[in-house]
Amino acid sequence: MGQERRVHASGTTFITGKGDMKYLGLVAAGAALMIATAAPASAQQSTLDAVKSKGFLQCGVNTGLPGFSAPDSQGVWRGLDVDLCRAVAAAVLGDANKVRFTPLTAQQRFTALQSGEVDILSRNTTWTMSRDASLGIDFVGVNFYDGQGFMVPRKLGVKSAKELNGASVCVQPGTTTELNLTDYFRANNMQFTPVVIEKLEEVTGAYFAGRCDVYTTDVSGLASTRMAQAPNPNDHVILPEVISKEPLGPSVRQGDDRWADIVKWSFYAMLEAEELGLTSKNIDEHMNSQNPAIQRFVGATGDFGKMLGIDNKWAYNIIKQVGNYAESYERNIAPLGIERGINKLWKDGGLMYPMPIR
Amino acid sequence: MASRPQVARRPPTAGVNLSLNNPTIRAILYQIVVVGAVGLVIWYLVSNTIENLETRRIATGFGFLDREAGLPIGESLIPYSPADTYARALFVGLLNTLRVALIGIVLATLLGTIVGIARLSSNWLVAQAARVYVEMLRNLPLLLQLLFWWTLFRDLFPGPRQALAPLPGVFLSNRGVQLPAILWQPGYGYVLGAFVVGVGAALAVRRWAKRRQALTGQQFPVLWTSLALIFGVPGITFLAIGAPFALERPELRGFNFAGGMTLTPEFAALLIGLVTYTAAFIAEIVRSGILAVNQGQWEAALALGLRRGQVLRLVVLPQALRVIVPPTTSQYLNLTKNSSLAVAIGYPDIVSVANTTLNQTGQAIEGIAIIMAVYLTISLSISAFMNWYNRHIALVER
Repeated sequence: MGQERRVHASGTTFITGKGDMKYLGLVAAGAALMIATAAPASAQQSTLDAVKSKGFLQCGVNTGLPGFSAPDSQGVWRGLDVDLCRAVAAAVLGDANKVRFTPLTAQQRFTALQSGEVDILSRNTTWTMSRDASLGIDFVGVNFYDGQGFMVPRKLGVKSAKELNGASVCVQPGTTTELNLTDYFRANNMQFTPVVIEKLEEVTGAYFAGRCDVYTTDVSGLASTRMAQAPNPNDHVILPEVISKEPLGPSVRQGDDRWADIVKWSFYAMLEAEELGLTSKNIDEHMNSQNPAIQRFVGATGDFGKMLGIDNKWAYNIIKQVGNYAESYERNIAPLGIERGINKLWKDGGLMYPMPIR
Repeated sequence: MASRPQVARRPPTAGVNLSLNNPTIRAILYQIVVVGAVGLVIWYLVSNTIENLETRRIATGFGFLDREAGLPIGESLIPYSPADTYARALFVGLLNTLRVALIGIVLATLLGTIVGIARLSSNWLVAQAARVYVEMLRNLPLLLQLLFWWTLFRDLFPGPRQALAPLPGVFLSNRGVQLPAILWQPGYGYVLGAFVVGVGAALAVRRWAKRRQALTGQQFPVLWTSLALIFGVPGITFLAIGAPFALERPELRGFNFAGGMTLTPEFAALLIGLVTYTAAFIAEIVRSGILAVNQGQWEAALALGLRRGQVLRLVVLPQALRVIVPPTTSQYLNLTKNSSLAVAIGYPDIVSVANTTLNQTGQAIEGIAIIMAVYLTISLSISAFMNWYNRHIALVER
């Protein structure tokens, strides 16, 4: 009896063993599949194809900086950085409204771009060498030349940034602002207490509540904050010192040169249109212009759009739907009380110089 | 047919059956396959990540730790300036995390125990107040509470020039609480030494008194003797070296207070938020621990002639602690991990510093790895200590 049972037991063991063998084979096949997929992991779809196939552009913008990117009362995103994204959408998809915006904090922005969460980072980001060289991103232009400044309550009676020794300074982390701030105070042999808060609303809130004596960021950002958030904008002074160069511009992932070209030339198109005198209102009248530069611009002659792999009327779409740089500036930045200054066209004495479309 | 009984008769240990029929061989094989599969998945993820980082030309490695940080940190337990390295900046952040976690754990335990006992009070008002406290605090999101405390500090108190001065040398403003600092005097080393001696002597007296009571039944006023030793010995030493004492009072200089000690609104908000929130959970644990001790234990102990205080200390608490300690450990771990919410209100803890670091250097994976290593180390250390303590108080069966 015992023997028989033993035989029986070994028989069942054998059967389950066979079943497990099948399972084993499955695991081995799965592992082999994994090895196979691991090898060509670097082959990536181009951003242009990805944007075309999903039908919209994913654009990383500031969480709320009036003038650059902020939702209006209807929840529509408005601003200079927003317009740039709309221009790219108009060029690539023919519709400036096919953009989805991802609001990003200063700390999230580069990771969002690196990981492919956004197709463009257009979020008042300073072009620096270390960012260009080590973050795996490429800056493609400068859509606003800025500099860092300080804002203080008028009642403190401070006239110059040199008088700020010992002050508490509100600043956002992960920005060039933070580094310039320490450099400036070190260079002038002054002490300060940093109050470092990530969210823009929290850091400006802390400043207006008096938690810090000074708020520092780019001068345009100071003006924007003062206009939008101060109970009485006249109570706050922006000090005359501009302590750094802050070229703000859009960036894309490194390694997709075609996409970088598209963003770059979409921006140049906005500048070129201003130079040619083309606006969203008059561009239709210029469709039959005899000016060869305008003919090239609107796509009547040449294959400039096709060279980028997009519609030949790409520049027309940008200007018709978004407008030229001056229109965007007047709409977004001028209401903050910021003069055009160095952001004028080169022929008007500014730094904005579009490369020729030819 | 004849061979089969022979196989069956063979003792199982002597067999060298290398086929899949052998359960041991099979088990080992499965383990190898599973470990291999897990290894493959990890290898796939790691190699894929490295490859992607390389194709996107994103810098890797921990070399950035030796570079100059340049980032300002608001409060630090050790000397720090933006000219120091990233490694030191991260260490400053780590110390800030440990500071808030350790002080928070001590205070949350005290507050939680008090509230937990209050909930069991026979006084209706006290019990209900404790109940409202527990239900309010543990049912609101912690982040909300932290922002509440921080905003309260920020908006309730005046600016530094109009600071409230409830006591001489103490100032309350939206820059925090300024306290006078006791300046270190040369003789304080002796006082510290005397304190250690006093604690040692108190422990020795306690041991001696316990043994004497066990042998003779005579009691000795251990508590009073201990207090006298712990505070008396350093006190006499302090007087003996001539009572040197100097205060550094905070003074308003320019924009801010200088000198003395500062309790920043960020630290205060984080500490208060963490303590009150965690204490609500600890209160419930303490209550359940006390309720878990059978009423008969009280009655029996009282019948033996023990006083109420003695019953609590010698009979009820040792039993309640066995119920209380394991879940309290989880609360300590929660408090430590929740301290990472500091980033929302601008307290420079390890997460805040590491976040800025990874943003300045662009090396997110390394930054996150550092944060994970730090929390894992802290949490496992707390667990190890609490497990040791749990074994220490466990019922010893004789």
